[in-house]
Amino acid sequence: MFSAFRTLLGRDLLLAMRRRSDLFTTLFFFVIVVSLFPLGIGPEMNTLRMIAPGVFWVAALLASMLALERLFAIDYEDGALEQMLLTPQPLSLLVLAKVLAHWLVTGLPLVLMAPLLGLQYDLSSEALGVMVVSLLLGTPALSLIGAIGAALTLGLRGGGVLVSLLVLPLYIPVLIFGSGAVEATASGLGGQGHLSMLGAILVLSLLFAPLAASAALRISAE
Amino acid sequence: MLEVAGLACVRGDRKLFSDLSFSLQAGELLHLHGHNGSGKTTLMRTLCSLVRESAGEIRWQGESIHKLGEEYTREVLYVGHKNGIKDDLTGVENLRVSSALDGNPVSRERAWEALEQMGLRGHEDLPSRVLSQGQKRRVALARLLLNRSRLWVLDEPFTALDVAAVDFLQSIIQRHVESGGMVILTTHQEVRITREQVKELRLGWKEDGRV
Repeated sequence: MFSAFRTLLGRDLLLAMRRRSDLFTTLFFFVIVVSLFPLGIGPEMNTLRMIAPGVFWVAALLASMLALERLFAIDYEDGALEQMLLTPQPLSLLVLAKVLAHWLVTGLPLVLMAPLLGLQYDLSSEALGVMVVSLLLGTPALSLIGAIGAALTLGLRGGGVLVSLLVLPLYIPVLIFGSGAVEATASGLGGQGHLSMLGAILVLSLLFAPLAASAALRISAE
Repeated sequence: MLEVAGLACVRGDRKLFSDLSFSLQAGELLHLHGHNGSGKTTLMRTLCSLVRESAGEIRWQGESIHKLGEEYTREVLYVGHKNGIKDDLTGVENLRVSSALDGNPVSRERAWEALEQMGLRGHEDLPSRVLSQGQKRRVALARLLLNRSRLWVLDEPFTALDVAAVDFLQSIIQRHVESGGMVILTTHQEVRITREQVKELRLGWKEDGRV
């Protein structure tokens, strides 16, 4: 069972390595969106410090959504998804492997890039640290929740737009607690509570999102 | 072994087939006939549990396949219209991944050997993207050589294959049937397999869709 998990994780990472252009699209999107704000607003440190958490989190949200479309679509088109449904493995485990690979490829680079981009916003080192932790807890949750939407809209025309309509409202709690954690730290209140909430959201989505996504995949593959 | 009772399938508001019953024993091949659009592919996907039946029941060794779940999918090997191979992976990688997911990991050498048997010598380590349609089909069908599933469901397996490959595939199918396996097959080509093992099923021959 776990060898199947490892195999699928390895396969998806290998595929991502062979198609590096896909890998960089999400990262560059994030970098560019985050860098546009200081250029547009001007070098007013107080304003920038204030908007930084929101900008980072909204950019992470959009970048994560941008990458969702490809999560199951290629497998669906080339028939690998059908074969996944017919393996003697629990489907939710395979979905989890795919989401993990997807996050490692599209989510983790954002988290690693965030402190560097944070310098443009004059964030304190403490706030930067909390930013990284909040993204580290929040982006996997985004990938997991997004997987449900991606599975539901598989094979539909205009699925990309529909995915955003379905998934963005579900992203709101992650956005609130994620940017809230950074804001609270920056204003000296401490972001512990927000981070705990993010952790809880991550645990919940780890439990339920793979099940919901596999149910959706079975429907979409019919 | 595989029993189908009163099976019906409705897509949208079109009834593809209804009240379909048959059974398949070990060592038998079922050849599905039917004109284009008569529901052959849907029937095969229903038998694999990819599509939910509208009515009726499919039983594997007396148990409903939906109750069996992964116990049943372990026994089934499905090759559909889509090859299910990854364009960016080589033949060997594709074969090893699909075998591992089927719960039956194979060594690199074994996968290499299977591809050579399928007539892909010299193409084993090329990305599937550069292979021809027929060669991609051969990579997909190489799973038949490695898999231990008892029920093979093959939807038009011979498309895009050349004469030699069709002959070889028929001999693999024959061997599987002779060793007690079951095969469900659609093809518009002639199947030369020992007659007494072959059952034939015609879809859409009467106006109400019954066999």
